[in-house]
Amino acid sequence: MATDNLADKIPDFNSSAGPQGGGPVDVTAIASIRRAKGLKEILSVLALAVVVVTLLEFILIWSHTEAYVFPKPTSIIRSLFTDFPTLYLKPLRQTVQTFFLGLIIGSTVGLSLAVLVTLKPGLDIFISPYIIILVTTPMVALIPFLMLKFGFGMTPRVIAISLATGPMVMINSATGFRRTNAELIALGKSYGATEFQLFRKIRFPFALPMIIVGFMVGSIFGLLTAVGAEMVGGGMGLGNRLIYFSSLVQMSQFGAVLVIVATFGVGIYSFFTFVNRKWASWDV
Amino acid sequence: MTQATRIKITDVSKIYQSDTKTVEAVKNFSESVQDGEFVCVVGASGCGKTTLLWCLSGLHPATSGTVHIDGELLTKPLPDRIGMVFQDSNLLPWRTLMENIELPFQIKKKPVNRELVDELLEVAGLKGFENSYPGELSGGMKQRGSIVRALAQDPEVLLMDEPFGALDAFTREEMNLFLLKVWERTKKTIVFVTHSISEAIFLADRVWVMSPRPGRLSRIVDVDFPRPRHIDLQFEPKFIEILKSIREDVEGSKSGKGN
Repeated sequence: MATDNLADKIPDFNSSAGPQGGGPVDVTAIASIRRAKGLKEILSVLALAVVVVTLLEFILIWSHTEAYVFPKPTSIIRSLFTDFPTLYLKPLRQTVQTFFLGLIIGSTVGLSLAVLVTLKPGLDIFISPYIIILVTTPMVALIPFLMLKFGFGMTPRVIAISLATGPMVMINSATGFRRTNAELIALGKSYGATEFQLFRKIRFPFALPMIIVGFMVGSIFGLLTAVGAEMVGGGMGLGNRLIYFSSLVQMSQFGAVLVIVATFGVGIYSFFTFVNRKWASWDV
Repeated sequence: MTQATRIKITDVSKIYQSDTKTVEAVKNFSESVQDGEFVCVVGASGCGKTTLLWCLSGLHPATSGTVHIDGELLTKPLPDRIGMVFQDSNLLPWRTLMENIELPFQIKKKPVNRELVDELLEVAGLKGFENSYPGELSGGMKQRGSIVRALAQDPEVLLMDEPFGALDAFTREEMNLFLLKVWERTKKTIVFVTHSISEAIFLADRVWVMSPRPGRLSRIVDVDFPRPRHIDLQFEPKFIEILKSIREDVEGSKSGKGN
């Protein structure tokens, strides 16, 4: 890769792009949403949420809306607490399992490919068309086909989730690696660093914030694919429960599943935001 | 004075090629730098001064011509003999100042020379900031840190590419004095690229004036003000006289070539 940076091109020594923003797929903005800080801000945000939910409850009561049209927040909350072990725990476990399996496989392959195209810069023109196709095509669309091949078990879903997460991890990591300031690489080389040392000591830490964002967005894509795939067929997981409860018009239970899915998604976001602050705080 | 030739540049040319054009960044450059000499390279932007410096570093080999360091032909970076300082301090933001200074030692798999690092930190006024992250340091401190990082390797030659170009005027003067103090103490051979003519005259034993398109050495100015130099030197008539004459050269080379 250093040959790429230090090639006999007309050099532009001052254009040292930072790791944030830009790139072929710029999804980094999600990592920089402003958060509430301090007790006062957090309390007011929570208070507003309570007001909105309470207001919704009263509107539904006053307008005599039937539960099958729109379930009351209280009935959703009640269902969440009373039915959790019986109705929701098993599908949640199934979704979590397929999600993490897909994420691990996808991100491992994605990160490896990113390292590969960084070390062998010529390769990216062959790989990127497939990455673009994979990023832009909803992987849920593959589920019917994959089910014909691999049956109704976990396999087709894990494959789809890997295909949804891998390219996002790859594209962000590769961009992070590539954006490493050319002067920093030159600095390393001037101290006689090997390619491996450059990677370990300069490129990887420099790209870490982008890699974390790749994981975050990849995971969100992965959850989307997981739930979507379960809705298509197979009789497993939270997505399947959404279809099941809505077909029975059990809207309180439907709402409860929706809350669980949303919590899962927000959990992913919070986790990676935390990781980013902990290990890549120099970037912000 | 009998001095050894530290850097010998012979007929160096550097041509950059892109898809659409060819740029002769440096053409037929020949000169040498003596041991312990402080040489500044000035010229209008695009005159190839930075390119020349990179040719001397072994990072961008010359298209033709040769560079010898202590009589040895330069073909690749020489980590133990040449240190580089860039316009940006290039301190890794995820490492503390001390960890940044330790980086070259780690790359070379050598024990950190604590004594030298301590001494350099003292001179640089960075004692007590060893555990600060670059984000917590001022621009001048960061640049001093990067100079400490380079000098801690105890190189014979220090190549500096507009190291103070991004600093404000006052910090810049401070940095110039700091650099002279360090240089007088260590007697390194320094090649210092700058676009500030007064900075060049203030620092250098000799100033190489370059003219652009193609980048050539147009003039060498000997600066023999006594050392140690005081910051008020820049107001002395002789200083201003040299400044004016170099300035005319640089301006002339710009307009003369037509652009």
